Amino acid sequence: MNWVTKTFTSSIGQKFIMAITGLFLISFLLVHCFLNALIFFNDGGKIFDKGAEFMATNPIIRVVEIVLFAGLLLHIIRAYLLMNKNNKSRPVKYAVQNGKANSKWYSRSMGLLGTLLLMFLIVHLKHFWVVSRFTDEISSGKETLFNEMKEVFENPMVIVVYTLAMFSLAYHLMHGFQSAFQTLGFNHKKYTPLIKSLGLMFSIIIPLIFALMPLAMHFNFIK
Amino acid sequence: MSGNMNLTLKVWRQKNSNAKGELVDFKVNDISPDMSFLEMFDVLNERLVSENTDPIAFDHDCREGICGMCSMFIDGRPHGPKDGITTCQLHMRSFKDGDTITVEPWRAQAFPVIKDLVVDRTAFDRIIAAGGYISVNTGNAQDANCLPISKDNADESFAAAACIGCGACVATCKNASAMLFVSAKVSQLALLPQGEPEKQSRVLNMVAQMDAEGFGSCTNTGACEAECPKGISLSNIARMNREYLGAQFCSEK
Ligand code: SF4
Ligand code: FES
Repeated sequence: MNWVTKTFTSSIGQKFIMAITGLFLISFLLVHCFLNALIFFNDGGKIFDKGAEFMATNPIIRVVEIVLFAGLLLHIIRAYLLMNKNNKSRPVKYAVQNGKANSKWYSRSMGLLGTLLLMFLIVHLKHFWVVSRFTDEISSGKETLFNEMKEVFENPMVIVVYTLAMFSLAYHLMHGFQSAFQTLGFNHKKYTPLIKSLGLMFSIIIPLIFALMPLAMHFNFIK
Repeated sequence: MSGNMNLTLKVWRQKNSNAKGELVDFKVNDISPDMSFLEMFDVLNERLVSENTDPIAFDHDCREGICGMCSMFIDGRPHGPKDGITTCQLHMRSFKDGDTITVEPWRAQAFPVIKDLVVDRTAFDRIIAAGGYISVNTGNAQDANCLPISKDNADESFAAAACIGCGACVATCKNASAMLFVSAKVSQLALLPQGEPEKQSRVLNMVAQMDAEGFGSCTNTGACEAECPKGISLSNIARMNREYLGAQFCSEK
């Protein structure tokens, strides 16, 4: 086996992939959140649609989108392979296991939270990405992404799904953010507390802003 | 005696590594709160022997918290409900009269049950044999100033060396990962000048052996650190990740 295969098939190497792709997805969340927050200008979506158009037409962003999907797929597939492997590492389960005595429930439920997010992602991509990329509704100027959002968020079920998904995201990030640094070997007396509080803030603020978008639109705070 | 307790135990019984095991109920009466958990098992076993039943097999040796042999998963936690101690250091005063206590062996693919509560932990020995040593004789104690070691490194190395190889970290981890154990063994040597020359090959070989034994991978839940009787820190795992990735990417091999 050459060293590259050896590295990325080792348990630490696989975790390395999870951490790197995770941090990359975190950076994506930041950009996504800022861009979408443009709707809060409450100007009928003018600024927001400019941003959306830039994202849809800029060639660099198009390339980054491919990298993003690659990263996402890698994160998801690796996660399921690791989960399967980890499950097999304890073939006979305990009759009694008191997990809450020693760890946070969300740190033990990353697979479940991730699966919920994956389900959300499919719905979410169908709502917006497919419409903007694979139909000519938006590119032809017939429809704007902002109006598309308004339309989708009229449905109360959609609001429930999106809000619950943001809870999953928050807990997934609460563990994932700091865990990624630990996996990369970054544990330092001075900086780890900083990373942990930064991670906690990020995990609350970003999903909160995201969750406010459908809510604000549904209840007509944004017109 | 007043203050003594009557308890119900649910203990994992398994004839051998191939047999199917099950939890069996035992009543133990008149248990002194000053007994250790293992002494309570001695009392039960003496009774079982007198009744011509097979006594419950369990691991133990020093009974003073330093050898790492005792290994019971008690009410869902390795070494029982108290932090920072081994099963032999757990006393019956941590329980109440009338309690039902479930006792299981360490459970991991890499720790197969030999009998009842005894598991085979030689996977740890093979990980050590893969690199947890220094290949040359380090000789007599050096002149004090000959081999400078920073106090911080010496302290951290000592703290890592406190690992007794009990396997509670594996037992409690939801992935049955051995990262805390291996990282302690990597760290105790990597932090000292004597361990420095072999530090790359050591971490590569030990991690390879750890994976080969079938331990799961770390998801940083922190359960191991919380349950470790010797307080081995998660920072050792970060150090091992660092050393491992560094060695893979930077070594000439
Ligand atoms: S790290 Fe702690 S729990 Fe794990 S084997 Fe060493 S002493 Fe036991
Ligand atoms: S018997 Fe030695 S540590 Fe418990």
